[in-house]
Amino acid sequence: MSLKNIEELDAVQLDVLKELGNIGSGNAATSLASFMGQEININIPEVKILGFNEVAEYVGGPEKIVMGLLINLEDDINGMILYILDDEFVKSVVGTFFGKEFTSFTDLDEMEQSAFGEIGNIMASSYVNALASMTGMTINISTPSICVDMAGAILSVPSAKFAEIGDKVLFIDDSFGIGSDMNKVKSNMILVPEMDSLNKLFKRLGVM
Amino acid sequence: MSTINIGISDLNIAKPPNILATYALGSCIGICLHDKVRNIGGLVHIMLPDSHESTKASDNPRRYADTGIAELVQLLQRNGAVKSCLTAKIAGGAQMFQTNLETFNIGSRNTVAVKKVLAKYGIPIIAEDTGSNYGRTVFFDVATGVMQVKSVSKGVVNL
Repeated sequence: MSLKNIEELDAVQLDVLKELGNIGSGNAATSLASFMGQEININIPEVKILGFNEVAEYVGGPEKIVMGLLINLEDDINGMILYILDDEFVKSVVGTFFGKEFTSFTDLDEMEQSAFGEIGNIMASSYVNALASMTGMTINISTPSICVDMAGAILSVPSAKFAEIGDKVLFIDDSFGIGSDMNKVKSNMILVPEMDSLNKLFKRLGVM
Repeated sequence: MSTINIGISDLNIAKPPNILATYALGSCIGICLHDKVRNIGGLVHIMLPDSHESTKASDNPRRYADTGIAELVQLLQRNGAVKSCLTAKIAGGAQMFQTNLETFNIGSRNTVAVKKVLAKYGIPIIAEDTGSNYGRTVFFDVATGVMQVKSVSKGVVNL
């Protein structure tokens, strides 16, 4: 039996995705630490299944200004990864990495924007590598594209593309501590796989 | 006066002094319909161009330009509006990420579809703020017919 939408996931399948999330987030923290030359602490991520409207509320409301990093997945797994980074995350990175005071999203220069593109690339590769090494699947990722705008408007991109699959997405909530900055900052990852890909993944892992 | 919020793939109607609002339109489109004579207005927030593309047996008709606008027109008529007196103002249809990931460019396909459906009903578009690459929040004041569009980059624009 194949799953037709994300709402049909059972507890075991959800646990598998959570575990992949744990491993991926751990890898991401290690890679980010070496990229930034800073110690990075990470909490165990929370993994949830949320509706698109709930995601907007979860990240601070549809009108909250956030940075979105969109990455396409191709090959054995097709779909999208979208990272939502809030101002606290961006502030912490700009502060520790560039030694600058972050004032607003609109003040980010090209160098800083490209650093966030690279951070998106590192986080997505870490997650995808965890997935690929556990399953033996081949997964290619695109370079991230960046958009700073209202969270609701950014979320309309994956929600329109995957409306056919359902209104639900896999939502991974990571909490990082960057360098000496002891305040935890959040990065939210939204994974929207095509259902064929998800079915393939579960079959490969023997949970279907 | 109260503000009536309309979510994604949803619609509602209002009479003065109430305001219809929908938040953070990206590639989606907000369509404001107004019958000035009868003092009634409606707003629908659509996400996709064409209900015929849906493969789901039971889908939300308010998700699509064709079925969403049809339902709003009917609801307005049932509440006293006259179709030949309706005018439209539309906003949204952006391409948020400037990349070939959005090859399907849903924003501009939505804009084309909305215009086609409104033309079919003979409803003129008297103001529009569509396309480009930024999100928009819409407030529609039924008393005046003014559609206020709020965005991060352009601030507040009254149309």
